[in-house]
Amino acid sequence: MEHYLSIAMTAIFVENLALAFFLGMCSFLAVSKQVETAIGLGFAVLVVQTITVPLNNLIFQYLLKEGALAWISPALASYDLTFLGFLTYIGTIAAVVQVVEMTLDRHVPALYTTLGIFLPLIAVNCAILGGSLFMVERSYTLAESVVYGLSSGAGWALAIVALAAIRERMRYSNVPAGLRGLGITFIIAGLMAIGFMAFAGIQL
Amino acid sequence: MSKAHDVLVDPLFNTNPIALQVLGICSALAVTTRMQTAVVMAVAVIFVTGSSNFFVSLLRNRIPSNVRIIVQLTVIASLVIVVDQVLKAYLFDVSRQLSVFVGLIITNCIVMGRAEAFAMQNPPGLSFLDGVGNGFGYGLILLGVGAFREVLGAGSFFGWPVLALVADGGWYTPNGLMVLAPGAFFLIGLFIWALRTWKPSQVEAPEA
Repeated sequence: MEHYLSIAMTAIFVENLALAFFLGMCSFLAVSKQVETAIGLGFAVLVVQTITVPLNNLIFQYLLKEGALAWISPALASYDLTFLGFLTYIGTIAAVVQVVEMTLDRHVPALYTTLGIFLPLIAVNCAILGGSLFMVERSYTLAESVVYGLSSGAGWALAIVALAAIRERMRYSNVPAGLRGLGITFIIAGLMAIGFMAFAGIQL
Repeated sequence: MSKAHDVLVDPLFNTNPIALQVLGICSALAVTTRMQTAVVMAVAVIFVTGSSNFFVSLLRNRIPSNVRIIVQLTVIASLVIVVDQVLKAYLFDVSRQLSVFVGLIITNCIVMGRAEAFAMQNPPGLSFLDGVGNGFGYGLILLGVGAFREVLGAGSFFGWPVLALVADGGWYTPNGLMVLAPGAFFLIGLFIWALRTWKPSQVEAPEA
């Protein structure tokens, strides 16, 4: 149990996808002008991340890993399909996003109208693909990858909502002309990253 | 000036993908702690943007518009797999350091963005140049940030010591912040500030 808690805390705070690994920066900067839209995108990332990381974990373990095909027939045990990884993960992500979009549209129309516009953005969000790639690199088990997917998505959502809240306040400040907009957003993100680094000392 | 020249040179400063179009920042920050990784990453991205633009442009009249994103992703992902395999074969150490960020070229918004915005409407030759130009614009920022971070953060350049470190009896105390994530954010912010002071037309209007 402690092990899973530790994975979760690390993924949310210490190794925050947005602030420590710079993943999903494009939408992190572009969609953080208002708290409301930031919450929408953050939640959409959280949902998609929680589904895709474990799903890609299963695909990796049972289809792509060296010797993984042995469960089909022993003759296939010598195949190593890891080089197909990128193509497979991005395909899975695109498919999951599509399915989530259609399911929401059919069953939860209210949620669909809020999240709908963000879902296509997510298919090419580096945070989602990054989550799956980190999962493979660190060879998480299925249970670990569920925890990792959920908490890394939560960390990303936390970061974008916090940034949006700060940017809403920024409207009342007099920023130097050249820094306005993008420049100052980077500086804010840097300061936030320093804040999140403070969690690095926590040992569980 | 010819159009070919424009599409190649404009992305360097006038429409820089990172500083102005806000594309592809994800990987720009993570791989710039050392010059070596920054150079390898820049070359990889130039290759991928150039050739993905070329191939997408070749296919542009045959791709049905409702599945175009998936087709583009497939083209890009295949090219990235090629890059990844080449790096693993010839530059294993660098490929280790870049870890997941080679794979993340797939979702690098520059590649997708240029394929969608330029290659879908333009002939292959021009699209290739546009891709290479944007790749260079990206690489330029990458190298700039990488140079600052390695010199200030580790006192070296391409692994060669340039500032004598206190640890070796010199005078320079490495600035640890530069190697960490916040340093990269600050540097890009300042970089944009410098670029926009030089080219005031890029300054954003104050938010209402």
